[in-house]
Amino acid sequence: MDMFNAIVQVLDSTIRLSVPLLLACLAGLYSERAGIFDIGLEGKMLVGAFAGASAAAVFHSALIGLGTAVLISVAFALVHGFASITHRGNQIVSGVAINFIAAGSTIILGQAWFQQGGRTPALQPGERFEAITWPGADAVKDVPVIGPIYGELISGHSILVYFAFAMVPFTWWVLFRTRFGLRMRAVGENPAAVDTAGISVAWLRYRALICTGILTGVAGAYLSMVQNGGFVKDMTAGKGYIALAALIFAKWKPVNAMFACLLFGFLDAAAIRLQGSPLPIIGKVPVQFMQALPYVLTVVLLAGFIGKAIPPRAGGVPYVKER
Amino acid sequence: MSTPYAKLPAWADYGLIPVINLAVAFIVAGFVVMLVGENPFRAAVILVEGAFGKGTGIAFTLFYATTFIFTGLSVAVAAHCSLFNIGTEGQAYIGGLGIALVCLSFDSVLPWWVIFPIAIVAAAAFGALWGLIPAYLQAKRGSHIVITTIMFNFIAASVMVYLLVGPLKPAGSQAPQTRNFLAGAELPKLNWIIELFGAKIRSAPLNICFLLALVMAFLVWLLIWRTRLGYEMRTYGHSPKAARYAGISETRIIITAMMISGALAGMMALNPVMGDQHNVAIDFVSGAGYVGIAVALMGRLHPVGIVLAAILFGMLYQGGAELAFEMPAISRDMIVIIQGLVILFAGALEHMFRPYIQALFASVSPKSVGMQAVKGTGA
Repeated sequence: MDMFNAIVQVLDSTIRLSVPLLLACLAGLYSERAGIFDIGLEGKMLVGAFAGASAAAVFHSALIGLGTAVLISVAFALVHGFASITHRGNQIVSGVAINFIAAGSTIILGQAWFQQGGRTPALQPGERFEAITWPGADAVKDVPVIGPIYGELISGHSILVYFAFAMVPFTWWVLFRTRFGLRMRAVGENPAAVDTAGISVAWLRYRALICTGILTGVAGAYLSMVQNGGFVKDMTAGKGYIALAALIFAKWKPVNAMFACLLFGFLDAAAIRLQGSPLPIIGKVPVQFMQALPYVLTVVLLAGFIGKAIPPRAGGVPYVKER
Repeated sequence: MSTPYAKLPAWADYGLIPVINLAVAFIVAGFVVMLVGENPFRAAVILVEGAFGKGTGIAFTLFYATTFIFTGLSVAVAAHCSLFNIGTEGQAYIGGLGIALVCLSFDSVLPWWVIFPIAIVAAAAFGALWGLIPAYLQAKRGSHIVITTIMFNFIAASVMVYLLVGPLKPAGSQAPQTRNFLAGAELPKLNWIIELFGAKIRSAPLNICFLLALVMAFLVWLLIWRTRLGYEMRTYGHSPKAARYAGISETRIIITAMMISGALAGMMALNPVMGDQHNVAIDFVSGAGYVGIAVALMGRLHPVGIVLAAILFGMLYQGGAELAFEMPAISRDMIVIIQGLVILFAGALEHMFRPYIQALFASVSPKSVGMQAVKGTGA
């Protein structure tokens, strides 16, 4: 039974750790499917986290926090769009720039506004998104097997967790069952064809980037308002890049993205859980190895040793109308 | 597809436009300073005085600039071959490992002038090796170099943390770093050069690596514009198809460019490790690799521009430290914002003002832009 409880606990923290990855990964999916590489997921999450925690602390409302997070994150996405769509700049350079501006400005503004060494004030209850207890979760708590699974794994998360997982089928539906999704995929593969059909390439790509901004904003809000009770500097700690890795791992497909994020979340959860304790058969594994594993796996996948990851064809290429 | 932008006179292309882009970046940074509630002009004065006001300040500025020359050159060499090497950070980190191995093995038996060349080779070799794997994967397996180099930065960080809290840490020590090097692995300082001009210096870490950086800048210029290899790299960077048609091996050119880039990145580690701290500590690169991207873009990938841009960023680093004393609201992280803005305006938005400047030139003197080119500028 101990073993079983331990597994449930690891899976529970897997879910918690994979939510920001999943949101950021789906965010990247929108922009990359539309043909815009986005290295700036990390930065957009960071400004989202900062804006969310600041607004929630100042206005004493979790919802205002979430709204601000989304708004600021979308604003950064639009800067990326302005540089890479309107001015046809290098998308990777623009993404790198956004990451730096985000990293620097959150620390400087946080220090100037709150004077707590780059932190925002600790959020009080009501300023954070609380865990939702599902009906009957307490009642079945003592039932073996079902109790822990229903009570810990399924119930007891914040609304943003459920939102993140609901976004998976929703994104699938948008991408493969709506006109907007079809056109978005087309613009990522062959923008000239979309242009010929009389549809604005730029406007489509801007809309895809707005979707990206919304989702990274929610991802940031999750980090600072659910996982942590406030913003801490550099709190994204490379999650944007892991999300990018997961996106490649998932071959730009929503359902795969969920599994890739759960896998990377599980690796993280296992690394925390196993710290120092030996594994059966393999023996003691250094924590750093577990932490590096998502990156190594992505490199191996990219190298084409586990299937082939083929990115959207027009990704990274600014669209120039023929004249 | 033709380039969507017409030609400008060279001085406007290489002088005016970068200066305008830079000015806009600094104006936006000024707004951030205002947002924080400080006076941006006073901040600028403190910054410049902190960097160049005293001898010690100048020495520190040049010390930081040394680091950025290496990383800027590293990014630029790859960029000439149209490879975006974001992995400079990781390559420099692993370069530090090479230096650590050399210094820890020989510092008790050899003098610095023997260890230094060995350390240069080790740093360059380790850095090059860390650039080789992504290069090979790009050339042979078609994996995107930007993604792989980012992944390799994280892998490098994990490897170094593992080594520095484990095998490389001296027994009984708590700090995650190697033992301090002995005198044999300490590089001579260059502060006397500044003292020749009458300035007083209270211990600054400016060291012989500064000269090495200048030599490397010259060698990079020689490589890119005066050798066959450099010509091939630029050809490939301009048009991979043309390069293939001309019989240039894609694999060879990608791997060579990335290894040179990685070697330059690795050599960056000499400056802080052997010149200043005399040990290898966790995260000693601390973002210098990323600064290299800004430096390379600002210097327009030319070694002279890179040296100037590196000195500017050295000034920002040193002056930023002074600024943090005078205006507590502005910490050194202001540099990160400026760096981001420079990358945005000098890199991603480098063409933003070009149509306006072209229109201006066309109305003042049509000949300078060429009439035919003017016709094609409608964006």
